[in-house]
Amino acid sequence: MPDLGTYATEVLLAYAVSLGLLALLITWTWARSRRVRRDLAALEARVTRV
Amino acid sequence: MASLWEYANPVKFMRLSNWLMPVSAVLAAALIAVGLYWGFFLTPDDYRQGATIKIIFLHVPAALMAINAWAMMLVTSLIWLIRRHHVSALAAKAAGPIGATMTLIALITGAIWGQPMWGTWWAWDPRLTSFLILFLFYVGYIALWSAIEDPDTAADLTAVLCLVGSVFAVLSRYAALFWNQGLHQGASLSVAPGTRMDWSYKGPLYLCMIGFVLLFVALVLAGTRTEIRARRSRALMTRERARA
Repeated sequence: MPDLGTYATEVLLAYAVSLGLLALLITWTWARSRRVRRDLAALEARVTRV
Repeated sequence: MASLWEYANPVKFMRLSNWLMPVSAVLAAALIAVGLYWGFFLTPDDYRQGATIKIIFLHVPAALMAINAWAMMLVTSLIWLIRRHHVSALAAKAAGPIGATMTLIALITGAIWGQPMWGTWWAWDPRLTSFLILFLFYVGYIALWSAIEDPDTAADLTAVLCLVGSVFAVLSRYAALFWNQGLHQGASLSVAPGTRMDWSYKGPLYLCMIGFVLLFVALVLAGTRTEIRARRSRALMTRERARA
């Protein structure tokens, strides 16, 4: 860990918030993609059965 | 060489993005990881700003993508308005939440950086204010897509909103130069002669910037693929309802 001196709180907070927001965005994109793909597969299976 | 317009075909777009998305994602992860490691652990403190200079490796790439995401949305919205290619409208829709997140990161890291350097979290400075307005445009853009049920009408109205918001995307980039006042400095990186930043900072910063561009590409491709599937689901449901 580098010595961040008197600005340790600011630097660590900036990194934590940014990486947290990026992680949220990636998780949301991935989760939505999975849900929509699953719904489409179920719908296509139902339509082809009919 | 295949024409760019061929990728307006959802099937061709899905085929292309199927390999391009993971490649972009892996490259983005690698570049951001190396850039942030280099920037956080290996760069020296700035002689005036101390360790807060390390915030630049997140703040500048996020701000870059906040503006360029809107620029990409502008181009794809114009393609929708002129040529009515659905994939371009869906790509613009997918870019909205990504651009909003990038703008939020730029605003928050800017405030955290500004507090010890300027003595305040926020000032109604031209660049800060135009970025805040850009963020509000992103929120409005996302809300408008959600509020309108008919996808073509939503694409039309959001495209018009995107054209209007482009003024603030341009202002966000050039506000510091237009008004030449306020707390925010001008461009940190420039192709003009004269050293503005040492390579010990430029190296990791460029890596993070390229990484953020690739992350944006990967997320837009993933989001557009999701929107194409959602659109197909809606079409199938409508057909099913019509049959019943």
